[in-house]
This record gives sequence, structure tokens and C-alpha cells, in this order.
Amino acid sequence: MATIRMVYFAWVRERIGTGEEMVEPPASVATVADLVDWLAETSAGHAEAFENRSRLRAAVDQEFVPLDTPIGRAQEIAIFPPVTGG
Amino acid sequence: MIHISVRHSPIDIAAEMTRAEAAGAGAVATFTGLVRADDGVGTLELEHYPGATEAALLKVAEGAIERWGLSAAIIVHRVGPMQPGERIVFVAATAAHRGAALEACAYLIDRLKTDAPFWKRETRGAEASWVEARDGDHTAAARWDQPQS
Repeated sequence: MATIRMVYFAWVRERIGTGEEMVEPPASVATVADLVDWLAETSAGHAEAFENRSRLRAAVDQEFVPLDTPIGRAQEIAIFPPVTGG
Repeated sequence: MIHISVRHSPIDIAAEMTRAEAAGAGAVATFTGLVRADDGVGTLELEHYPGATEAALLKVAEGAIERWGLSAAIIVHRVGPMQPGERIVFVAATAAHRGAALEACAYLIDRLKTDAPFWKRETRGAEASWVEARDGDHTAAARWDQPQS
């Protein structure tokens, strides 16, 4: 299974305790939502960050996507709260 | 002409206006956002997703240029810590006439708010909190999804 670079922002980053990590999900992880479910099992911080899926947004290789998007051959996946710029 | 800048240093409005006017058109519409001091906010910190932020802003600017036939679209956004009263964002749309410039200017700031990966964190005294996204921002951005009349 390929290695994916995970990046986190804002309170997702704070709860997980890092802004970036390399992960190797099992083959059963097909979508971004699957990845979030799998990561939530890896630590209390991940579980807390991913507690409410409706407050999470994602980007696959820097393109904004819905959580049900297939991971495919993604190299970088970002998980973050709804944006608040401007 | 498209100019995108995501920066830690203060926004120089005069320099950006000069850039907008140099695009050679009859109308320049601009919007400037300032850090509000309401509810006792002492510091506002902006986090962003380097690389993805610039790409998202470029897409917003390209959308405005294509839709209104602008001669220039400028988006400048601060990141890092800021104090109340400081400029956080500046956008400008340059077109032949005011109608296109004004509409495109509103489009630039409305879309930026929902499409670009920035996150605000406010500090009040010793307490810091992440700003929640507002439904109104999505309503404002969605009005540009309507077919053009």
C-alpha cells in the first residue's frame, strides 16, 4: 500500500498534535471518509479531531473534495475545518 | 492580468491600486477587509494551506476575469498574526465600466471566503478560539452560482 502524506490545519491540527504525518492505510480504506474512520482509531487526538464528520473538509492532492471521494493514488490528503478567510 | 499574493507583511493599498490602474481600463472596484476589534479581540491569527491557497485564489481570479472580461483581478491576503484595524484582505477588479468592476469585486471577496483554505484564530486576553464558518458566507458565495441573466 502506498504511503500518503496527511496534512492537518486549525483545530484538527491542534487536536491531533501535529500538522503532518505519513500513513500507510490498509487496502480496505477506499475513500477519504474511510481514511478518517481508520485514522480515528490510531490515537485519542485523532478520535477527538474526527469526532464530528460534518465539521470536516478535505483536499486530495490540494483539490477540495467531498469526504466520499475515492483516495485513488493520492500522495497528499488534507483534513481541516470549514474555511474562514477574508 | 492576475496578481495573487499571500503575505505576512502589511498590505500596501497604494501599490496595489497602482497595479490595478496600470491594467489600463475605465473602472477599478476594490474591497478591503480589516481586522475587527469587536468582543475584545486582541490578536487575529491567520493559518493557511501553502500552495493550495494560492491555487484556490488563482481559480477565483480566473473565474472573475472570464465572467466579466476584466483586464485585471488582484487578490492580496495576509497570514500570520494581526492586530485590530490592520488590513487582512484586499481585492480589486479592473474593467471597462463600473458595472462589471463592481460585480466582479463582490464575486472575488465572496468566493475567496468559501473557496480558499484560510482559518482564523482569535485571541481575547489569555483565551484563543478558532472562528466558526458562517452560513451567510455560503449564501453570499452561492448567489454567483445562479445562471447569468
